[in-house]
Formats: sequence, C-alpha cells, structure tokens
Amino acid sequence: MKRIVILIAAAALVAACERETRRYQELPAAANRETGVRLTVLQPGAPQQHETVQSPYQNNAWGMAQGKRLFASYNCVGCHGVNGGGAIGPALKDDKWIYGSHPDQIYSTISQGRPDGMPSFGGHIPADQIWMLVAYVQSMGGAAPKDAAPSRNDDQMSAVPESRAGFTPPVQTGHR
Amino acid sequence: MHIQSVLHPAGVEAGIVSHLWWVMFWTCAVVWVAVAGGMLLALRRGRARTAPGSERVLFRNVLVATGISIVALVWLLFESVLTGRAQENLSTQHSLHILVTGYQWWWDVEYENPTPSLRVTTANELHIPVGRPVIVDLFSGDVIHSLWIPNLQGKIDLVPGRLNTLTLEADRPGVYRGQCAEFCGAQHAHMALVVVADPPDIFERWLTANRAPAPPPGNPSQVRGKEVFERGPCAMCHNITGSLASAHTAPDLTHVASRSTIGAGTLPNTRGYLAGWIVDPQHIKPGNYMPPTGLSDEELQAVLDYLETLK
Repeated sequence: MKRIVILIAAAALVAACERETRRYQELPAAANRETGVRLTVLQPGAPQQHETVQSPYQNNAWGMAQGKRLFASYNCVGCHGVNGGGAIGPALKDDKWIYGSHPDQIYSTISQGRPDGMPSFGGHIPADQIWMLVAYVQSMGGAAPKDAAPSRNDDQMSAVPESRAGFTPPVQTGHR
Repeated sequence: MHIQSVLHPAGVEAGIVSHLWWVMFWTCAVVWVAVAGGMLLALRRGRARTAPGSERVLFRNVLVATGISIVALVWLLFESVLTGRAQENLSTQHSLHILVTGYQWWWDVEYENPTPSLRVTTANELHIPVGRPVIVDLFSGDVIHSLWIPNLQGKIDLVPGRLNTLTLEADRPGVYRGQCAEFCGAQHAHMALVVVADPPDIFERWLTANRAPAPPPGNPSQVRGKEVFERGPCAMCHNITGSLASAHTAPDLTHVASRSTIGAGTLPNTRGYLAGWIVDPQHIKPGNYMPPTGLSDEELQAVLDYLETLK
C-alpha cells in the first residue's frame, strides 16, 4: 500500500514537471510553421482538414508568464489594452477572432502583421517568444488551464492590495 | 576595484557602520575571552574543591555575571542607537538625486534633472561625486531586490510599488562593487553594480559626456552595424539615443562602450565577451531575458563595430 502511494506521488510529480519547464535555449520544433496557415474558412470543394499546431508553451506556466511579460515589453498593451481588453486594437479576451483562433493563426498574425494597424513582428522578435505570446493570448480568453494561466494583476483585484493601500487610522471596535 | 567589504569603508555612512562593527567585535571578543578563560579555570580546578558551604559565593558570582551581561548589552544598544542617530543627522544639502530601478537581473540608473534632455540614463554602473551626499531613490520593476554597496552604505530593499531611499557619500575616489542582496531569481548572483566615485570635476565631465546622444557611425561597417541594430531584434528592447532604437525594457546602450562590465557585472566589457553575449546570452547567464539573437557572422561583426563607438 505504502509503495503504491509513493509511486502515485512520484507520478504526480513527474506529471507536474511540464507545467514549469523552462526552455532557455532550444527553439521549439513547431516554430516557423506559419506557411500554409489559412486566414479564411472558405475553400473550394470539400474543406481540407486543418492541421493544428499547438504552441510549445500551451500549458506551460512559465511560457505563459513570459508571454505576459513580453506583452507589455513589446507594447502589445499599447493597442490591445493592458489585459487584452482592447483599445484601438481589437480585444483579445473575447471569442471573436478576425484572423483565426488557432495557435498557428495567432502566430502568423503576430509574425506577418495584419492590415490596418497590426505591425509584423517576424524577424524582430525570436520565434519562441512569439509562441510565448501565442500561449498568453490564448490564456486571456480562458483557453488555458487555471493552474497554469498567469494570475490577475494586483490592480485588477476587487480590493487594493495591502502593500499599496495608504495609511488608514486604526478603528475602535468591540467593547471598551 | 576595491575589495567588497564592510571593513574597508570609503564613505561617511560606511564609516559610521564600520565603527559600530568594531565596537561590537571588541566587546564580544572581551566577553568571549572572559567566558572561555573562566571555563578553562573551572575545568582545571575540578569539582573536588567545591565546598558544601559555598552557596553564598555562588549567588554572588551569578549576580556579578548577570550585572556584567546587562551592562554589556546596554552598552551595545547605546552604541547602536548612536549609530542610527549619526546616520540620521547627516546633512543632505546640495545632494545629487539618482533613481535606481532593479530588474531581473540588472540595474537601471537614471540621473534626475528637471530638464528632460539633461537626464542621463545608464545601467549597472553608478557614478557619484566624492564629498557630496547622494540620494538614491529605489524602485523595483518586478520582484524584491536589495541594493548593497558594502564599502559605502548598508543595504536597503527595492520593493515593487514602493519608494525606498538610500543616502550615501563617498569620501575618497575609487571603484567599488555593489550587488543585489535579496534573492530575486535564477540569476540573483549575477546582479552586480559597479560604483565609481570620482572627484567632482571628473564626475561632471562624465555626466556631460553621457548627456550627449550616441555619435553617428564613421566607417561603412559601423553604418551597417547601426542598421542591423535598428532593424533586427536589438531595437525591440534596447535604447540608443541618436538611433532609431528607443525601447526601454533592457539596459540603455547609448554609452555602452564606456562601461566596464556587461550582463550586470557578469563579464568584463571586451569585444570578445560582448560577441559571446550577443550570440548566446543564455549560455552565459541562463534564464536572463535576452534571447539568442541569431545574427549572422557578418552582422555580428558589424554590430560589434558599431557598439564599440558608443563611448
């Protein structure tokens, strides 16, 4: 019995590894798969099967957190809003996707750019960082598991966090 | 560079702190020698001589020992409070204001000025004038860091969402090392800071030189390097005033060639190390936020040629 419990615990530990995998050097194999991405569902004849390419950081907490950081660093926030709520660029946390919601479609949107404002980032930022952004953008709409998706910012919480609250004088409560 | 040590003070505040350190050291040394000596004496005399009627002597001895301990502790407390007061009462007139922001894993340094064009931004290097108080405002861009320049001052944390202030004054010129003293992630150990204390006239010259934008590239290779820098991945994060690169998520490189280290004190700033860093920063400092750039050989040499002009 004890052995089984230890085995299950070990298996659970191994399963949790992927969530925190950090790739500092290697480029994910799926990088640069943008060729062949369709921007429309209209096809002559019978529609071809869409080949789904996942971001290597799909369920990876670290990758998504990096994506969140890059979303601010590369000024995505400037047009899409701090949390992807949308401003002069379209919102990213809703379920409307102008150029497709598949990971490879989001990848090519970032890489190639899109008319009327979306700059093309291909060649300016490395492919694995685009995949991090893809994973983060997908997590905005709730597509990523909660245990891996980046948490809300402090300023989105319903109450001001203690560390940022100003001084409040102590209040007399209870019996004197 | 001077040895990084609290016991080699080179500033007013550090001198006060090191005085307290020596007071505590000698007080504790005397206590240690007395206790160790007393114990040796007791061991030598053994238990045979303990007379049964020595209760009163024992009581007296314990009383004396307690008294001495209390006096010693109050003495140390008194010295400690005096040190705090001495630090608190230092004049900050005609002080220089510097803004230091800690990031994973480097320091952003900004010399404040009411006129924006007279501000100076640099990274991982703090230049201060000798004999003039410097007020360092400390912010953090991500997690909690701590700035510690042992030869000049005690340490203080950089807390996200808060402003902390450190006052320091160097009393002799020299190059000192500072570092992050609060664990802040994978590369905490490679988050150092070079502090250069110069005589006021040399400092002013440095400040004036750093206000200038980067000089235009001279030869064709440098021109090509600037082009690669502006068009490639570099410009996504770095700023070089005087070029099209104007991002502020990574260290400012306007005068990078005048700095003595790269990667926040990780390596000396030479052409070879810089090349290694640009090609694969993840090999040198795994986990830092600069990705491998993937520049071709020709592009790399051109960028190096250009960066070397940024004195």
